[in-house]
Amino acid sequence: MKEHREFFYRRLHSLLGVVPIGIFLVQHLVVNHFIVYGRESFDKAANFMANLPFVLMLEIFVIYLPILFHAVLGVYIVFEAKNNVRRYGYFRNWMFLLQRITGIITLIFIAWHVWETRVQVGLGNVELNSGLMEGILTQPFLFWFYVIGILSTVFHLANGLWSFCVSWGIAQTPRSQQIVTYFTVIVFIVVSYIGLRTIIEFAYLI
Amino acid sequence: MVVETKEKTKTVTLIITRQDSPDSAPYEETFEVPYRKNMNVISALMEIQKNPVNADGEKVSPVQWEMACLEEVCGACSMVINGRAQQSCSALVDELEQPIRIEPMSTFPVVRDLIVDRSRMFEDLKRIKAWIPIDGTHDLGPGPRMPEKKRQWAYELSKCMTCGVCLEACPNVNDKSDFIGPALLSLPRLYNAHPTGAMNKSERLNALLEDGGIAECGNSQNCVQVCPKGIPLTTSIAAMNRATTIQAFKNFFGSDNAH
Repeated sequence: MKEHREFFYRRLHSLLGVVPIGIFLVQHLVVNHFIVYGRESFDKAANFMANLPFVLMLEIFVIYLPILFHAVLGVYIVFEAKNNVRRYGYFRNWMFLLQRITGIITLIFIAWHVWETRVQVGLGNVELNSGLMEGILTQPFLFWFYVIGILSTVFHLANGLWSFCVSWGIAQTPRSQQIVTYFTVIVFIVVSYIGLRTIIEFAYLI
Repeated sequence: MVVETKEKTKTVTLIITRQDSPDSAPYEETFEVPYRKNMNVISALMEIQKNPVNADGEKVSPVQWEMACLEEVCGACSMVINGRAQQSCSALVDELEQPIRIEPMSTFPVVRDLIVDRSRMFEDLKRIKAWIPIDGTHDLGPGPRMPEKKRQWAYELSKCMTCGVCLEACPNVNDKSDFIGPALLSLPRLYNAHPTGAMNKSERLNALLEDGGIAECGNSQNCVQVCPKGIPLTTSIAAMNRATTIQAFKNFFGSDNAH
């Protein structure tokens, strides 16, 4: 049998983006939204998540390894393309370019975000509570960095759901692909709202 | 009479990206050719061939290009006209902004001027087994019949003339990638739809599973926008995505239906 590895890696890349990474992202933003109901609600939820049984194993196999694989192959995919929206400025070609741009922004954002939260908590430098995020998000530069990071991450997920449906051959007809586009717009708006509402709470309202 | 004189002085300006040999550097050259009613890009190039003098008045070697059918069915005369890959036979001068910029397709190696070498597509046609084997050592008799509805959509796919325009517009077909390209993902669907061709279905799907195959598609969907024949390329790609997924599962887990 000839090399089928690339096919396997690309399909795995597509799958991991949705399960578990996409599911984790939505869960993460929803849990963080507890801050809207007060510091106590947030701290309780954050500590519940941080003290799940086998939490390190869950983190490694559900979050770190899938994201690492998705990121490494993703960067390769970004540099493989020769973008041509100037010549062929169609909607899907723009989405193709934006998917690659947001992928890179998201990678930088996640690296920074994990470094200043999870790694610092792990090293014992900071304590995991609402004060940690408040300290970060009340700095205007970091607040806007988080706004861009969240929008970019959610866009990458929403548009990735579309390509997932096409790449696995779920949506074949132009009509079904169109409907999936509408669906992903709704996903983008709803999930972005959840994420932005949370950081606005941390920055201005808490 | 006055109108005629006016028409005679009207010209068409062409800025052509030329290249003297496969290894030499490309350069731009401007030509002014007399305008005629209903000209297409090919007839403008023929004017240059008749009188190969550039806009500076220098006599140069005539611009070389490829053509055959002149009715948008052979696929030979593809070039990039005003930034968009298309057939030059069906590119009408009246519908183009002037000066008309003409370049060879950049995805393929340039042979000379506007002539490119599309033989990678021919190699890939062999790779995906773009044919239906019907020969035996004896008369095999008539094949199974094809449902009319299926024939109708399959006919649309059969219009592919391997012109290379979809490869040119695809951001994932380039020298950094070994992606086979949109046209070659649609043709296996055509041959697999045929009741006799379906007997070799898995061979074509397995070719798409190989490196540089269907997995390299990034869904920019430029192909379906630029296809001169209006082939539903992205529908075909999604259909082949589904078929290759199923084929990959059959390959790994085993199936008696993986013929």
